[in-house]
Amino acid sequence: MLAYFLRRLVGIVPTVVLVSMFVFALQQMLPGDPALALAGEERDPESIAYIREKYHLNEPIWVQYGYWMGGVLKGDLGISLRTNIPVTELLVQKLPVTIQLALMAIAIALLIGIPMGVLSALKRGTPLDWLANVTALSGLSIPNFWLGVLLILLVSVKLGWLPASGYESPFDDPVQNLKTMIMPAFVLGTAIAATMMRHTRSAMLEVLRSDYVRTARAKGVRERFVILRHAFRNALIPVVTIGTLQLGELLAGAVLTEQVFTIPGFGKQIVDAVFNRDYAVVQGVVLCSSLAFILLNLVADMAYFFLNPRIRA
Amino acid sequence: MTRKLSLAVAAGMMLIGSAASAETLRIGLADDPDVLDPDQSRTFVGRIVYTALCDKLVDIDPDLNFVPQLATAWEWSDGGKTLTMKLRDGVTFHDGEKFDAAAVKANIERSKTLPESRRKSEVKSIDTVDVVDPLTVRFNLKAPDATLLATLSDRAGMMVSPKAAAEAGAGLGAKLVCSGPFKFVERVQQDRIVLEKFPAHWNAANIHFDQVIYRTIPDSTVRLANLQAGDLDMLERLSPPDIATVKADSKLQVVDVVGLGYQGITINNNNGERSKTPLGQDPRVRKALELSIDRAALNQVVFDGAHLPGNQFVSPQSQFYNQAIPVPARDVAKAKALLKEAGAEGFSFEMQFPNNPDMTRAAQVIQAMAAEAGFDVKLRATEFATMLKEQSAGNYQATEVGWSGRVDPDGNIHAFATCKGGINDTKYCNPEVDKLLDAARQTNDVAERKKLYASAIEILDRERPIIYLYHPKWIWALSSKLQGYKPYPDAMIRLEGMKKAS
Repeated sequence: MLAYFLRRLVGIVPTVVLVSMFVFALQQMLPGDPALALAGEERDPESIAYIREKYHLNEPIWVQYGYWMGGVLKGDLGISLRTNIPVTELLVQKLPVTIQLALMAIAIALLIGIPMGVLSALKRGTPLDWLANVTALSGLSIPNFWLGVLLILLVSVKLGWLPASGYESPFDDPVQNLKTMIMPAFVLGTAIAATMMRHTRSAMLEVLRSDYVRTARAKGVRERFVILRHAFRNALIPVVTIGTLQLGELLAGAVLTEQVFTIPGFGKQIVDAVFNRDYAVVQGVVLCSSLAFILLNLVADMAYFFLNPRIRA
Repeated sequence: MTRKLSLAVAAGMMLIGSAASAETLRIGLADDPDVLDPDQSRTFVGRIVYTALCDKLVDIDPDLNFVPQLATAWEWSDGGKTLTMKLRDGVTFHDGEKFDAAAVKANIERSKTLPESRRKSEVKSIDTVDVVDPLTVRFNLKAPDATLLATLSDRAGMMVSPKAAAEAGAGLGAKLVCSGPFKFVERVQQDRIVLEKFPAHWNAANIHFDQVIYRTIPDSTVRLANLQAGDLDMLERLSPPDIATVKADSKLQVVDVVGLGYQGITINNNNGERSKTPLGQDPRVRKALELSIDRAALNQVVFDGAHLPGNQFVSPQSQFYNQAIPVPARDVAKAKALLKEAGAEGFSFEMQFPNNPDMTRAAQVIQAMAAEAGFDVKLRATEFATMLKEQSAGNYQATEVGWSGRVDPDGNIHAFATCKGGINDTKYCNPEVDKLLDAARQTNDVAERKKLYASAIEILDRERPIIYLYHPKWIWALSSKLQGYKPYPDAMIRLEGMKKAS
């Protein structure tokens, strides 16, 4: 098992390199010209020429990639063309925000989605099941953006309970941090909870019909034990898969939710960077979030080992 | 008399009172500023932040007259080729360095020579700068430049500490050191910029806030929600449909002013193959397009009447507006007749526009109006950076686009309409217009400039490389507790004299 995971870890390197090449190439296909986008309204030819020269925009794409990769190997991800701030500094600023938001959202999703899924599977066909399904469907259908704006109008403007938006570092002011993060995490979390609930429900239903559950029951194992120990544990496998994918997606930035609540995470960063043709920033953020995604999948694979004895063998 | 006196005393006491308690002003911006270095930056919101951070040599008043800031007096000589400025005494930069004539010289040289400088073309007319004495500086120009004071009332006239600039080089933007009423504290990109009061500022008595926080909130609904929830004290660029909401709220107020810029339709006249259409080649077709558009209706339908219809590169409120050529009324019959005369009935062309909601709606209204006169307008929504590239490459027939505007009228037209203008994407070229616009640049005599611009406007109105449609208003929403905010056409938020009522 150890050898397997070591092999997987080594495999990360070529994957990340491939992703970075792919993103680099895609960016070059974007119409528009970074030098023009950066030169400002006056588009002074002298500044355009200078920007092209300084950032090697005149060179062929593989040479540009070489410059970038050379920097990465030295731990230098380049600087933002727009603000002159080093990309590594941006990542250090935004990564904790993104991780916190992602973890809070996933926690909310798990806390709501899994119990609801288990309950509605156990009480299949009852009004409770029906209610859970309707709630989940509406959670899936309401756009984050809209729910966010509605929440701000209700909770912040009408009731004045929470700040409408903004971000405070948990190290400066943990209470204010929670106050500003709870609404965006809730908006993201409820949407994911709906997916979680649906998957937990169908996985539970399937497991409950399986032979080993029937055997367990036949052996006279207590019902609570059957459900928790035999059924739920196995039903968790697809839920882990979905949860990991969702978490990975969250780590790439929740564009609309970040926009509504003005949370300075990856999502806002990458959208602004794309519109400004700020290549180094796009490249840095994608590198970081793809790395996170790959690592998460590795963690998920490890979780399968512990959840399911059949995989372990 | 005694009553007046006691009122003045009371007002004075209130000033002292508000200065004693720690006061924070929170302003919502629609975009995130770029690099905070006046020589390198290019964004509008960046200039708003500079207004608190950096003093300029001269400022403008709300009527666009030049008023002293770091320069207390100035004089032109040598036929407009020399500008001599007297500087304010006792001014220090945020790092404690002294501001003097040598600092001015160093700043202008930085704008001219820093490789990253985006101010080079603005200060091109300055040949050398002489330090006459510590408080007198002389600009020697290559040729007379009537736009220089306007230039010095914006980023090129902002003075940074020469010591900090020499140490940081192009990296000054990480911690900008100027001499303005507030100094830099911290910045979290795409979130906030925090400044604190600079107690040694020469005008500190007029500053009633200890801290200013600029927060970036791109979505206009969310920006307004933050103001309504009390998380902001004011915001810039209120969306016109929200004006009624804000006016109905007793806790909020709306302030607006007509800006310096314009929105219009830029038509490819002479820039490559795609200009070879009746629209690009025949002024009658362009006139027909203009006559098909009802500017007042466009403004009403798309912007709830918030903006000011116009037909020249300066707004009807400008002293340089040519009153003899008023905004034309819609005349569909005449537009049809012109199209027929030009043999272009049912003429079809493509108009690109930036893909944001306002511009999209405006483009659709233009399309519908032009259709009634017999134009078939194909709309193409384009992302902004791409649109600019297409436009400068000549790969367009018409663009719905605007210009943010400059204090001096030259900044609204010279680069667009002269044959070699840097942003003349229409490639319109008329030596007569060049001559007039060049001459207007070289005289400081306002009456003379008015005449020159009037003549240029006459020709441009006949040939219409750009059809000007309206002049956007700048609209702010403020907490009603906030007092003393004066709107300026350059849309900068000047903090002097502003205060919060308790």
